[in-house]
Amino acid sequence: MLSAREKELISEIWERLTPVAEDIGAEALLRMFATQPGSKTYFSHLDISPSSAHLRSHGQKIVLAIAEGAKDISQLAITLGPLQTLHAYQLRIDPTNFKFFSHCMLVTLAAHMRKDFTPVAHAAMDKYLSAFAAVLSEKFR
Amino acid sequence: MVVWTDFERATITDIFSKLDYEAVGGATLARCLIVYPWTQRYFGNFGNLYNAAAILGNPMIAKHGTTILHGLDRAVKNMDNIKATYAELSVLHSEKLHVDPDNFKLLSDCLTIVVAAQLGKAFTGEVQAAFQKFLAVVVSALGRQYH
Repeated sequence: MLSAREKELISEIWERLTPVAEDIGAEALLRMFATQPGSKTYFSHLDISPSSAHLRSHGQKIVLAIAEGAKDISQLAITLGPLQTLHAYQLRIDPTNFKFFSHCMLVTLAAHMRKDFTPVAHAAMDKYLSAFAAVLSEKFR
Repeated sequence: MVVWTDFERATITDIFSKLDYEAVGGATLARCLIVYPWTQRYFGNFGNLYNAAAILGNPMIAKHGTTILHGLDRAVKNMDNIKATYAELSVLHSEKLHVDPDNFKLLSDCLTIVVAAQLGKAFTGEVQAAFQKFLAVVVSALGRQYH
């Protein structure tokens, strides 16, 4: 359950991060690959070495989708419709990976925002990313 | 038997040698109580936990956070035998404190994030992996004696 203030906070943060979407996204992915080697199995068709073009563009895609969803969280199911289909029928990523990625995104935010990643911001962001992952996996079965 | 690489040992020792236990310990426990409010169930006697500001300003929480963090020192000094090192503490958390072991993971996630915020860029993916591996072993050891 997200309060109005939390939704504001979330959309503010993602708006600020949109210009560095590539950096944030690539870093979160790299953190996930380092801490959860199994997650790399979904990327055997790409070059996921640090600073590779594939990694940066893929990271950017993910962050921009998260940022887009943050603009109107009550509409997540509509905003994510096409991505739901993609993840359910094509990518078929085991949903535990969404948790790993969300955690690595939180760590990335902490490393970038430092003191500004307050416990309140952390709580709001954790809730948002959980909701995002839940909506994303809705068509899985 | 947990196998530690030289990098992992060095990373863990390094992080803990530079840690401000008061700041990080208090901040971590407070963050856990704020981000995962149901963990407050174990802190009924700790005074005002009414909102984030109250939790962050609560001296009992700050003190207890420091105690918890110092508890990790034992693991840092005995990385090759963490399971045995925490046998007693595990029994305590199970028999006396009745803490659901899932909570250990929540606290360790908060610690990771607090340390990440402290170290910034220096908390690379490799450092994070080493730190999380260490905490996972601690968490496992703490839950080991539950039955």
